[in-house]
Amino acid sequence: MKFLLVEDNQELAEAVIGRMQLDGHVIDHADKIQDAIAFSETGEYDLILLDIMLPDGDGRDFLKQHRAARRNTPVIVLTARSQVSDRIGVLDLGADDYVTKPFDHAELQARCRAVLRRKAGAAQSELRMGDVRFDPVAGRLTVKDEVIDLRNRELRLLELLFNAPGQIFPKQKLVDRLFSYEEDVSENAVEVYIARLRKHLEPSELKITTHRGLGYRLDNV
Amino acid sequence: MSEAVRVSGSLRNRLTVILIGGAAILAVLLFFIVRNYAAQIAQQSQDNILGASVTSILGAAIIRDGAVEVDFPYASFSMLNTDSDDRVFYAIYQDDTLLSGYESLPLVAPDFGEGTVFRSATIQGTTLRVATASRVLIGEDRRTRISVSVAQTQDALSGVLNRISRNVALFGAGFFALATLLAFWATSTTIGQLKRLTTSVTRRGPQDLSPVVKPVPSEMVPLVSSLNHLMSRLDHSLSQSEDFIAEAAHRVRTPLATVRSHAEATLQRVGREENRQALRSMVRAIDESSRAAGQLLDHAMITFRADHLDRQDLDLVDLVQELVLRLTPVADMKDVDLRLDAAPGIRVAADPILLQNAIRNLIDNALKYSPSDSTIMIRLRSAPHIQVEICDEGPGFPPDQIGGLVARFARGSNADGIIGSGLGLTIAQDVALAHGGHISLANRPEGGACVTFSL
Repeated sequence: MKFLLVEDNQELAEAVIGRMQLDGHVIDHADKIQDAIAFSETGEYDLILLDIMLPDGDGRDFLKQHRAARRNTPVIVLTARSQVSDRIGVLDLGADDYVTKPFDHAELQARCRAVLRRKAGAAQSELRMGDVRFDPVAGRLTVKDEVIDLRNRELRLLELLFNAPGQIFPKQKLVDRLFSYEEDVSENAVEVYIARLRKHLEPSELKITTHRGLGYRLDNV
Repeated sequence: MSEAVRVSGSLRNRLTVILIGGAAILAVLLFFIVRNYAAQIAQQSQDNILGASVTSILGAAIIRDGAVEVDFPYASFSMLNTDSDDRVFYAIYQDDTLLSGYESLPLVAPDFGEGTVFRSATIQGTTLRVATASRVLIGEDRRTRISVSVAQTQDALSGVLNRISRNVALFGAGFFALATLLAFWATSTTIGQLKRLTTSVTRRGPQDLSPVVKPVPSEMVPLVSSLNHLMSRLDHSLSQSEDFIAEAAHRVRTPLATVRSHAEATLQRVGREENRQALRSMVRAIDESSRAAGQLLDHAMITFRADHLDRQDLDLVDLVQELVLRLTPVADMKDVDLRLDAAPGIRVAADPILLQNAIRNLIDNALKYSPSDSTIMIRLRSAPHIQVEICDEGPGFPPDQIGGLVARFARGSNADGIIGSGLGLTIAQDVALAHGGHISLANRPEGGACVTFSL
């Protein structure tokens, strides 16, 4: 996936970029509206993440121009403003969704996925490994012509494993990715989802192996 | 919110009393002036005739053979005939002795010149008008002064005066009646201008702080321009405080967002469990403070808006559907299903921003307490009341605290480990109350909490 991040806070931008790259996305960064316009005119993006308060103007103005130019790249607004009145305004201006700062990256990703799914056809995101096809945007797994709709946590778990086949993921890392920080969950909670994925993948060439004391790994056998 | 206005009389009454009182005084004044003038004219004409009569008698006086002889012309008295048969008296004195006539008619002291003197006198209870003139006759050996007085009763005169008075009184009453009508008309047109302004101001929605643009009479211009000025100041300070809240939120949240993102990114790299634990509690603390800040600001905004409800006719189903759509990605992350059960087309007159906020808070709550792989049911009912019911499959409310949970900052004893500010239910309750409704909390027999938001 290719993202454009429009955010003037350098540190926040770095953090978001780092996190996005970790998930295997490509992300360009603009710190003012002028640059954002230049980027969006030249590059093809799957999604734009847009801050509202920018040094050379209001992010909503960019949104207006963006929609007036009939570009239909989906936009998710990152707002730090009052929740009551601001949220409605950005949706009216043509944003597809918003997150309120500070945001949970998992929530941001979930929202990106939901927006991309609504704009179905906007992006071809199917991944292949062995005899398995996996579409993380649609949340769809195809094993031997059988289509499985994945639950959200199954999807996120598989996405992680799919992006780095052959790599061992410690249980704790998986817990952090699957559960919000609000929840107190034991490491064993991951096992439920590993078991579900194994069941889905059973007829295929892919296999999730347990490495005692280390974690899990996705292998193509 | 609205303080009682102290009333000091009524402009309409004051104006009416002044106008009608003025008309009454004018009518009475008019009556007396006209009557007095008429009386003077009537008196004048009686005096003219009396004077002519005296002069003709005096002209007939001659001295013959040393004696004064007066041969009055017939016309001297016939000219005094009136419709009312006024009585006529006369007296002729030679020097100070009565020659002929009515002796009770007093002689005016002959210290006057050639002119005729008129005066009113009362003799035996009757008012008379007396004209007196005198002349000096010169005989062969002496001079003698002849004085003549002619008097007449005033029956005809007072008859005329009464007739005039009656007419003038009628005329005055007519004038007064007409003036009263005019007074009422003038008052109501004047007050009407004020009333029109009042209606145009009171008919506005609570959010409408635009200036009054309708033309007003010049006397009301200072009032209207200060009203416009006041409204623009209010508008300015309102938008300033809204901007301030937005700006405050921005300032608080942006650095929090930075810290949170860094903490999360670091968490991906750090291996040691105690470091990970520290980072996790950092993220939780950030979430807690940003949520508290957000809800405090929301609460402030809602308290403000609840005083100025901006009711609009809206489709409740659309509104809740939109919220469900927005919250689905968050629910998905816990594999929680948000299910909406509603018959289409439930319309309500409510403030959309408040309603959205209240219901979002309730669904947020349900999401927070829902276990993974569970369902949240959202039911909309239109009868007997318009209700939104939100039921989860979480731990439910602690039964002994169920009554106190809507209080500000109150949290259930089983809420440990779940991030919250204790304002969610308060916000929902405030919004329901502002719309004349309420919220009620219950536990489901099969487990889980149900919140019913009634309008």
